[in-house]
Amino acid sequence: MPMTAAIELRDVEKRYGALRALEGVSLEIAEGEFFGLLGPNGAGKTTLISIVAGLVRANAGTVRVMGADVVREYRRARRMLGVVPQELVFDPFFTVRETLRIQSGYFGLRANDAWIDEVMHHLDLDAKADANMRALSGGMKRRVLVAQALVHRPPVIVLDEPTAGVDVELRQGLWQFVRRLNREGHTIVLTTHYLEEAELHCNRIAMLKAGRIVALDSTRNLLETFSGLQLRVRLAREGLPARFPADVLAQDGPLYTLRLRDTRALEDVLLSLREAGIDIVELELQPPDLEEVFLRLMARHG
Amino acid sequence: MAERDDTRSAPGESLTRFGTLVSKELLRFWKVAHQTVGAPILTALLFLLVFSHAFGERVTVFRDVPYAAFLVPGLVMMGVLQNAFANSSSSIIQSKITGNIVFMLLPPISYAEFFWAYVLASVIRGLVVGAGVLAVTAWFVQLQFEAPLWAFAFALLGSALLGALGLVAGIWAEKFDQLAAFQNFLIMPLTFLSGVFYSIHSLPPFWQALSRFNPFFYMIDGFRYGFFGVSDVAPAASLAILAVSFVLVAMATLRLLRSGYRLRG
Repeated sequence: MPMTAAIELRDVEKRYGALRALEGVSLEIAEGEFFGLLGPNGAGKTTLISIVAGLVRANAGTVRVMGADVVREYRRARRMLGVVPQELVFDPFFTVRETLRIQSGYFGLRANDAWIDEVMHHLDLDAKADANMRALSGGMKRRVLVAQALVHRPPVIVLDEPTAGVDVELRQGLWQFVRRLNREGHTIVLTTHYLEEAELHCNRIAMLKAGRIVALDSTRNLLETFSGLQLRVRLAREGLPARFPADVLAQDGPLYTLRLRDTRALEDVLLSLREAGIDIVELELQPPDLEEVFLRLMARHG
Repeated sequence: MAERDDTRSAPGESLTRFGTLVSKELLRFWKVAHQTVGAPILTALLFLLVFSHAFGERVTVFRDVPYAAFLVPGLVMMGVLQNAFANSSSSIIQSKITGNIVFMLLPPISYAEFFWAYVLASVIRGLVVGAGVLAVTAWFVQLQFEAPLWAFAFALLGSALLGALGLVAGIWAEKFDQLAAFQNFLIMPLTFLSGVFYSIHSLPPFWQALSRFNPFFYMIDGFRYGFFGVSDVAPAASLAILAVSFVLVAMATLRLLRSGYRLRG
């Protein structure tokens, strides 16, 4: 029996007037994945997430959450999903605890206080339980948004730019908690502008550009395929041998930044330099980097 | 494509969602009761003092009914209707503008649960304000209650209708001034021209005929019947007109909610 995907999109299209926000996006996210959705502003990340959450209706295509169609079986789909929205929204009439009780009630849950206390504890909100939402700092409001998304213990959690405008300390606490949820079996879907966060946490990544998926692979494969290694060498003099076995990314006098496909290419470069009688003054090898992959992919599909 | 309701949930869950929405809406206005209950009671009291002072001696509406006594049920019903409308409409637009409506759009709340919760909260706010106006004005005016159950039925159905209209207005409006326009150019004229301050028998025939197209006229007239046992239109006919209006508005509102109009992009 095939496993149910946590999230499954098939040929999803969304237009806003003449603007085509999503152009036939198909994507499957398996249960238990820590999945990253990357792309520049306006690529369609938030539109995609909003369609999954039922906040926006697609013009074509189908979306399922844990097998439940987000339109035809919207209640089942929404029970499976916890969404942390990007905007710092809150209801100024209520305290933190009231907010979380109300959110539990919206999911049909009564007497949810034990779980509410646990979630507040993990997010370091205990001290603020009876504070009005208006009185909280931006970072604290963000934690409440995370708590609100978790009141019904959803198997699939979507975080839309969860660390935007959040201080370093909270960011680390938040990631620790989210990773724990992932270890406990929750599927995590993340959009972020911070590529190092995606590189650090996500096991698989989709890159979106102008409403299309331009790359979809495991984080490791993306790094190996598109980034390779970077080698910075300072030579004794300017000028490379003819038929040099590596691409030059940048040059500043005798300082060269080279791209290598893999570690074996390093030997070829060294050999070529030795044969040409060029001495190496300084040498530094840099590991692959998601930002590099991102920039290359975005440029290629431009 | 409209969402279909094919995944039923346990009745207890549905009741919890509905109850949570209602209590959230009640807490919302109760936390600022001076503004949402106190202010309209004061306004009604000022109307009573000024109008009964200005016209009290000169105007008789029904035989044997002094003007101030005639005015009170009209003011009570005006408070009921305007506040029922204000409750749902201002709640929705505030949630839309601050963005916290997302908290209600993400959970598995059905359209019927959403609709009835907002309508019930509006009815309660309307009735609380109406009871307040009645209690305060009773200090100044000797009141009679010929058929209180009729009065209650009109207050209930009238506030439900205005609560549903408030829901439509709140969903439609994208800015506070659009909502204010709805309130100032539709709800206010219709309430003022519905016979709160006069009996339509005192109007020229043309305006009398026109008043009969105003649904608010039937609400005020029927509500007043509960006090004096006298009305311009038979109360059963007024109540039937009101019931049909409510069913039509409710069906339209539920359709609007299901379509996602201005709530789900």
